[in-house]
Amino acid sequence: MRKGQHRFVAGFLLFPVALYLIFVIWPYIQTFGYSLTDWKGQSQTFEFVGLDNYTALFEDDIFRGAIWHNILFLVFIPVITILLALFFAFMVNAGGRGRSGGVSGVAGSKYYRVIYFFPQVLSLAIMAVLFGAVYRSDGGGMLNGVLIKLGLVDESNPVEWLNEPDVVLWALMAVVVWHGVGFYLVLFSAAMQSIPRDIYEAALIDGAGRAQSFFRITLPLLWDSVQTAWVYLGIAAMDMFILVSTMTAGDYGGGPDHHSEVMSTVMMRNFLLYGRSGYACAMGVTMLLLTLIVSVVMLRATRRERIEF
Amino acid sequence: MSAPLEATAPTGDPTPPPPPVSKGSVRPGDQRGEGVVLNVFSHGFLVLWAVLIVLPLLWLVLSSFKTDAQIGGSAFGWPQNWDLGVFSRAWEKGIGDYFLNTVVVLVFSVPLTMLLGSMAAYVLARYEFWGNRFVYYFFVAGAMFPVFLALVPLFFMVKRLDMLNTYQGLVLVYVAYSMPFTVFFMHAFFRTLPTAVFEAAILDGASHTRTFFQVMLPMAKPGLLSVGIFNTLGQWNQYILPTVLMQPQSGDDPERYVLTQGLIQLQQQQGYASDLPVLFAGVTIAMVPMLVVYLSFQRQVQAGLTSATLK
Repeated sequence: MRKGQHRFVAGFLLFPVALYLIFVIWPYIQTFGYSLTDWKGQSQTFEFVGLDNYTALFEDDIFRGAIWHNILFLVFIPVITILLALFFAFMVNAGGRGRSGGVSGVAGSKYYRVIYFFPQVLSLAIMAVLFGAVYRSDGGGMLNGVLIKLGLVDESNPVEWLNEPDVVLWALMAVVVWHGVGFYLVLFSAAMQSIPRDIYEAALIDGAGRAQSFFRITLPLLWDSVQTAWVYLGIAAMDMFILVSTMTAGDYGGGPDHHSEVMSTVMMRNFLLYGRSGYACAMGVTMLLLTLIVSVVMLRATRRERIEF
Repeated sequence: MSAPLEATAPTGDPTPPPPPVSKGSVRPGDQRGEGVVLNVFSHGFLVLWAVLIVLPLLWLVLSSFKTDAQIGGSAFGWPQNWDLGVFSRAWEKGIGDYFLNTVVVLVFSVPLTMLLGSMAAYVLARYEFWGNRFVYYFFVAGAMFPVFLALVPLFFMVKRLDMLNTYQGLVLVYVAYSMPFTVFFMHAFFRTLPTAVFEAAILDGASHTRTFFQVMLPMAKPGLLSVGIFNTLGQWNQYILPTVLMQPQSGDDPERYVLTQGLIQLQQQQGYASDLPVLFAGVTIAMVPMLVVYLSFQRQVQAGLTSATLK
C-alpha cells in the first residue's frame, strides 16, 4: 500500500460521511429515542414515557383511519400503474409488427415515450395545483366541464371530486397513476429491450399472437423489474404527503372530515401545528416499520424463480 | 401509422407464416381474426393516454391567459386576449423570488452533491481499506428509510446549528439526502473505468488527489451528467424538506420559500384573494425550465431516473 493513501482516503471520505451522519443517520436514530418521550416541540425538557406514544397512536382513530387509507393506496396504486405501464411498454416496444417481419414498437412509439414520461419531471407541487384546477367543483373545472358537456353530470350539481368522502381517495389515486405511468413505462422498456429479439421471432414463427408473446415471454422475463416497480410504488403509496396535504381540505389536508387522511399528514400536523414532537416521532417509526413490512411482503409475494437469458 | 392499415388485409391462412427473413408480413394476431379489434383498441388507448397527459397541461397554460370570471365560468372558454402581462404579474407576486431562491439553493447544492458524492464513491470503488464495505452500505442504506422518519430530529438539528430558513442550511440538507443515490450510482460508474489509465497517472507521479480530479473525474463525465440531472430534478422538485426547514422563524425573518412551496402558498391564498390566472402563470413558469431540461436531455433524464430504480 502506497504511502499517504490512507490520508487520501480519509480526506475524501471526511466531509461526505460527516454531512451524512449529521443530517441523515443521526436524526434517524434520534427519532427512535424521541418516540419514547412526551417531548412537546418548544420546551427542551421531556420525560421518558415508554411506549405510551405507541399505545396512544393505536387508539387514535384519525391515525388508524390514515393507516387504512395508506393500505388502500398500497393495493390500488401499484396494480393500476404497473398494468398500464406494462401494456404501454409492450405496445411501444413489441406491439408493432413491422413490414420487415421483425418485432418492433408501434408507429410513433418514440413520441409516446417522450410524452408519457413528461409528468415525471414536474414536481408533485405542480401536480397539486394542476389537478386542483382539473378537479374544481364547478363547471370551470376541466373534469366537470367535460362531463357536463357530455351530459353525464348535471350542470347545477357538479361532482365535488375532492370533497366527497367516497370519491376523494380515487381522485388522488388518479393523480398518482397519471404521474407515474410514464416512469414505469420507461423502466419496463429498458428491461424489454434487453430481451433478445430472436426469442420473440421464434415465438412468432411458432404462431404466437401478441397476447401470447406478452404473457409467455415478456412478463416472465420482466419479473425483476415488475418486482422493483412494485416496491417503489408501495413506498410512494405510504407517503402521499404532498398531494393529500395540498389538495384536500383542512390544515395539512386530510379532509373532508379525515376521509383522505394518510399517516404522513397526521404526522406533519402533529409536529408542525400541535408541536407534539414525541408523538410525531412515534408515527415516523410506525411508518418505517410498515414500509419495511410492505417491502418484505411484496418481495416475498412476487418472488419467482429467476430466469436467465 | 402503417400497422392498423395493414391489419385490414385479409389473412386467413392458418399455415405458419414464412420466417422473418422473407418479405412476407408476419402478423400472427391477424391470423386469429382478433388483430383488427386489438389493433384499434390498443392504438386508440395509446393515443388516448397521450391526450390525457398533454391536454390538462395545455389547458392550464391556456387558463393563465383567461380572466378569473372566465376560469370560474366554463372550462372551455378561449382566452379573449393573449396578454403576457400575467406572467410578469406572477413573477412580481412572489414567483420571481421563489424561482430565484430555488436557483440559489441548487447552484450550490447540485455541484456540492456531485463533488462530495463522487469523492466518496471514488474511494469506495477504487481503494481497498478496512471498513470499505461498511461505509458503502452505510451510505446506500439511507435510501431505504422514509424521510418522515428523520424529520422531527432533523428540524431541531438544523435549528441548533442556527440554519433554519437559510440557504446554506437547505443546501447542506439537500446534499446529505442526495448522498445515497449519488454514491450508489457513481460507485457503480467508477468501477467500470479502466485501471490502466489510473495506474499510468500514478506512475507518472500524479498524486491521488490529482489523479481523481484530472484523470478519473473527466472520464466519469457521462455518469456525472446522468446523476447530475437526476439530482437537479429531485432537488428542484423537493417539497417536504423545505416545508419543514424554510419557514420564517420570527416576524422580521424574510420569506425564503422555494418554488414548490411558493406555488402551494399561492394556491392556498386563492381562498382569500382570487387571482387564478397568476397561479396558473406561476405553474407555467415553474414548468418551463423542467420541460427544457427534459427535452434537451431526454435520453439521459430517462436513463438517469430509471437507473435509480434498476439495481
